[in-house]
Amino acid sequence: MKNFSAITHAHVWVLDHQEALDFYVGKLGLEVKADFTRGGFRWLTVGVEGEAIPEITLDVPGPPVMDERTAAQVRDLVTKGATGVVLVLRTDDCFATYERLRAQGVEFTQEATDHGYGIDCGLRDPFGNQIRILQPKAWQGKEGRA
Amino acid sequence: MRGRVDTDDLDDRLRRGLGFAHPGLDLPAVTRALEDRNRRLLRARDAMDRTYAEPLDIPALARIAGVSEAHFIRTFRTTFGETPHRYLQRRRVERSMWLLRETDRSVTEICLDVGFSSLGTFSRTFRGIVGASPAAYRRSSAPVPGAVPACFTMAWARPSSFGEAGRPSPPVESAHEELQRHHPRSRLGP
Repeated sequence: MKNFSAITHAHVWVLDHQEALDFYVGKLGLEVKADFTRGGFRWLTVGVEGEAIPEITLDVPGPPVMDERTAAQVRDLVTKGATGVVLVLRTDDCFATYERLRAQGVEFTQEATDHGYGIDCGLRDPFGNQIRILQPKAWQGKEGRA
Repeated sequence: MRGRVDTDDLDDRLRRGLGFAHPGLDLPAVTRALEDRNRRLLRARDAMDRTYAEPLDIPALARIAGVSEAHFIRTFRTTFGETPHRYLQRRRVERSMWLLRETDRSVTEICLDVGFSSLGTFSRTFRGIVGASPAAYRRSSAPVPGAVPACFTMAWARPSSFGEAGRPSPPVESAHEELQRHHPRSRLGP
């Protein structure tokens, strides 16, 4: 018997909710799934349009979850790119998505490239988090060395 | 994006411990400025990853990072724990390791492919980082499983320069620690 049936939520640190919305919704084209505030804590999630899960919570480090000193440490790590790849987004046409997003000023770290396992590209959100966009295909194995 | 702060000036003030002793100091503004600088340095580092085969262009990278040429190398090292030159070397060696494993190109061709102009420098750098010559590495290595995404390979396959024997690297210092060092009695927040 499996312990779990799905991954429903994952989380990304952002430095500002509005700037995060401008990027994740305004530029990447994700949609807001939940947005409410309780006791100074804002629960903001985004996801792929039409897909129920997963929802990505966009959290700003700080009180009441952590003290300001700890929040400064988190912000330090995010802005120097130490959070690693936080999301991999699937697309049906990586080259087209890459061109569209690039035209909107999205900061790409790697252009769309065919790697054999699929076509992918890399970008950063405004804060330093790394995101990949992948158009997967069945791995064929490297010729002669599979 | 948030407004820019002159971080060169900030750097000088942090280094000399000046300008932060008065009670009206806006410490959140200081950490924000350092975080903005982190982000711009990260942009410069990303550019190095993309153009690894080209000569290290400190003036261009300093422009991307929005810091002066004179400050770029030091602030990069403070932020990422190694100099831009060393970071680029590891990037090039990581690419050369991949080419040695996955292609039949000669060592000389690979040396030029990844941006070294002299085989001697390439071999010396490669041996210093990997611990074996390019040819010996090629003989001993098996291809990486194909289903691993390239970005993952780029991250894990990059040879470390942080744990090399006899070459201790400076500890990576967070902006917060940097601030604490220069201004030990400072407290963040209200």
